[in-house]
Amino acid sequence: MALTPQDIARVANLARLELRPDETERTLHQLNGFFALVEQMQAVDTDGVEPLAHPAALLGEVALRLREDIASEPNQREASQVSAPAVERGLFLVPKVIE
Amino acid sequence: MSQQDLHALGVAELAARLAAGSVSSVEVTQHFLSRIQQHNSLGAFLATNPDASLAQARAADARLAAGERTPLLGVPLAHKDVFVTRDFPTTAGSRMLENYRSPFDATVVRQLGSAGMVTLGKLNCDEFAMGSGNENSAYQPVQNPWDSSRVPGGSSGGSAAAVAARLVPAATGTDTGGSIRQPASLTGITGIKPTYGRCSRYGMVAFASSLDQAGPMARSALDCALLLSAMAGPDLDRDSTSLDLPAVDYATDLIAASAQQTGTKPLKGLRIGLPTQFFGAGCAPDVLAAVRGALAEFEKLGATLVDVSLPLTELSIPVYYVIAPAEASSNLSRFDGVRYGHRAAHYTDLTDMYKKSRSEGFGDEATRRIMIGTYVLSHGYYDAYYLKAQKIRRLIAQDFQTAFTQCDVIAGPVSPTVAWKIGEKSADPVASYLADIYTLSSSLAGLPGMSVPAGFGAGGLPVGLQLIGNYFKEAQLLGAAHQFQLATDWHQKAPGTAT
Repeated sequence: MALTPQDIARVANLARLELRPDETERTLHQLNGFFALVEQMQAVDTDGVEPLAHPAALLGEVALRLREDIASEPNQREASQVSAPAVERGLFLVPKVIE
Repeated sequence: MSQQDLHALGVAELAARLAAGSVSSVEVTQHFLSRIQQHNSLGAFLATNPDASLAQARAADARLAAGERTPLLGVPLAHKDVFVTRDFPTTAGSRMLENYRSPFDATVVRQLGSAGMVTLGKLNCDEFAMGSGNENSAYQPVQNPWDSSRVPGGSSGGSAAAVAARLVPAATGTDTGGSIRQPASLTGITGIKPTYGRCSRYGMVAFASSLDQAGPMARSALDCALLLSAMAGPDLDRDSTSLDLPAVDYATDLIAASAQQTGTKPLKGLRIGLPTQFFGAGCAPDVLAAVRGALAEFEKLGATLVDVSLPLTELSIPVYYVIAPAEASSNLSRFDGVRYGHRAAHYTDLTDMYKKSRSEGFGDEATRRIMIGTYVLSHGYYDAYYLKAQKIRRLIAQDFQTAFTQCDVIAGPVSPTVAWKIGEKSADPVASYLADIYTLSSSLAGLPGMSVPAGFGAGGLPVGLQLIGNYFKEAQLLGAAHQFQLATDWHQKAPGTAT
């Protein structure tokens, strides 16, 4: 199975990436090289094997730990927004989304 | 020793001098800061802040003057640039975070700071820790101090190069698929990736959350043990995957072992498993020769060698490179050009702003992994790729448990070759992925692993021996490595640039 330029365009859109035509071509070539390697996985018999999402599941820590729902961090709004691209009166600015 | 040679000292030795009052933390800090400046061309550092470093050093000197004697007080280090820091910029090696300032310190940074360590700066790495040669840094490549035309390994390449060149006595690193062990091997230093969950991931810029783990990189197992004792421990309110196990003092037993009579067989009873798949034709003969030489030394120390099998070793490459990019594509979705990170100057609407900001901010490898991850998680491909990889991941973890019924630790090479030339693998990402073969399987299983200097291969370039332990067996790994280092001096060899 090989990926097509349409696959690359579809995945780039899902990932909110914009590839130039030369990048699309190169990415297609590289991903097809990569998925040739990935196809080796299909030879492994995994019937009845439970997927392992996380090593913690092997360490006896299966239960997801939750903390109390209380504010534990100080309010650092200004410090948190120092690196924001566009801020006004403590709010993050984005392009208009609703007409 | 004159003040001019302070960089020849490791963590334990510097701590001893600081405790004895023969040198101050300010003097040590100034010495290393000037070395960092002198060796700027190595490319290891992305940021320094001498005012902040010296303020920390003065605080450490005040604690020393007040009589405090703790193992790391006043000793400097530097952090891989994926740990967020208040006093220094944090870029994760990416243009995306070029001007990012964190409002808080990562837990690991905070813990080492509380222990009295002085931060000298932030260390270069592959973008978002994705790479094996540090060539994916958006800022500059890092040179291997043993040969400036070669890579230091990655992704903790700046950390490894800085320790090897004696610009810092120790550094933090992170390891997702080998990013502490492989650069440690390629630069002739010691590094340990603890069991997944031992060190808090809070404040570590996320790459692949089920794999990422912090660890120390230094010259010796003892120095790593000193750092790990302060880095590891529960962080239950801030990291949901942090292990609920008390912090461990890894260093005291090692210090006691140093004082004991030699000539005995200190590793008697230790069974070292050698996976046949780690010693095949895929590993370069010079690397195998150095590794076998080190294993012979372990035998002299009383250990026995047994053959074991990790049959899915080769499959760990596709499994890892499906799972890690899947998690990365999810983690990196936070970079939307709104709350932090790069925002494109020109765009038409919100979606176009996302796309342009992300495409401009991410480098080639991050983009490639986001594409792979998005694809394997997308409708129609999830079962065949992502779920299949997770099933094989369980089989890989089970194979380790089978092997550990026959042995206590597993040993082999870290990297199939010594450090390669800068640029040699950059055109072919898959070739670069294949070189991770010996480190990926233990990462997938969440096991602790380390790299210990084992000698030199072709061109006089360093070779590391990998030691892999069962869950929570960091102390056993460090203990075995320490005995090896008491009997050998590979870890004391420094490149010419380090003098």
